[in-house]
Amino acid sequence: MKRQRFKTWLSQWREDRFDWTSETMGELHPSAPQAQPEDDAWRDRPVRRLYEGELKFFRSTFSYMAAVLAFVMIFFLLRAVVEMPNFGSADSPASTSPVIKRYIEDGLKETGAVNIVAGVILDYRAFDTLGESHVLFTASVAVFILLLQTVPEKEKERERRILQDDLILKKTAQVLIPLLVLFGIYVLLNGHLGPGGGFSGGAIIGSSFILYSLAYGPERLSSLINMKTYRAIVVSALFFYSLSKCYSFFCGANHYETIFGPGTPGAIFSAGLIMPLNVAVGMVVACTMYGFYTVFKQGRL
Amino acid sequence: MDFIEIALLIMLVICGISTCVTKNLLVSLIIFMAYSVIMSIIWAMLEAPDLAITEAAVGAGVSSILMFLSLKKIRDLKRKAEKDEETEI
Repeated sequence: MKRQRFKTWLSQWREDRFDWTSETMGELHPSAPQAQPEDDAWRDRPVRRLYEGELKFFRSTFSYMAAVLAFVMIFFLLRAVVEMPNFGSADSPASTSPVIKRYIEDGLKETGAVNIVAGVILDYRAFDTLGESHVLFTASVAVFILLLQTVPEKEKERERRILQDDLILKKTAQVLIPLLVLFGIYVLLNGHLGPGGGFSGGAIIGSSFILYSLAYGPERLSSLINMKTYRAIVVSALFFYSLSKCYSFFCGANHYETIFGPGTPGAIFSAGLIMPLNVAVGMVVACTMYGFYTVFKQGRL
Repeated sequence: MDFIEIALLIMLVICGISTCVTKNLLVSLIIFMAYSVIMSIIWAMLEAPDLAITEAAVGAGVSSILMFLSLKKIRDLKRKAEKDEETEI
């Protein structure tokens, strides 16, 4: 009884899957060849018959092969997890590496950041983070190339009215958005003193923009973030970052003295360039998050 | 503390399996959001609060919204194709 039910469930799932993909593919590419009407002439040709048999074989074995592949992957990943050292053990590579000793013992003195993680990612290894923010920029450029529409699409009036009239969303947004923006700015500016930093703070500010756009419509935000300001903010932030950290490509990842010294650890204006760099990364991330959302939603910024 | 951690990990596995087993894509997305929220709590318990903040904002917030929008676009395309078929007939 149970086995029968499982079998019907499995077959339903399989059929659903195939239907779904074929339908969407057909719609995404309207010119794609549709299923030909039944014609008995092709059945006589041996090549076609072979193809049909292969397709049947593929359909019958597809789910089993997928399950086998998944279990092989699970086996290898679990093996890797078993091989890993215990959490917090003394002989793990994270605590025996000589680099760690220097980071923990001299990190505060050399970078001035109370949060050692921020000291590592934005001072010792700042060129890694430079690459990361450029990867994010490249991804946003790719999304814009794919989805940006030059001719603005006509807004659907009904949908807009429903969104604009949502009282619960509006009131919730009214309470939440100031708190979200304040918390985002706190995380952004406090990256060298506590947990947080550019990426997390930028993501929080970006999500608060998305919430605002959901509750009050994108027109009100477009005076703050449009294509012009987006370009100016992202390019100037990345330019500042590249300018202040590109020396790593010429003299290695060695620590390099700047005019901004480490300062007194714990003060908000300390730790050299870490705080401005955090703000730059945060602005890039916030703008990219909001840009992704608007471009996905309506095809323009 | 141990009990909460084990319960969270079991919920994580359940969410992960049911994300790929569920037939309805919208339900599957919502379960994936729940997966991200549980993961962010686990990050916080592993003493990585910055990762927890990022996971909650990006995993549960932004990426889910982007996937919801993609799903809506696919359904719009479907509806448009159906309407086109009707007008043709």
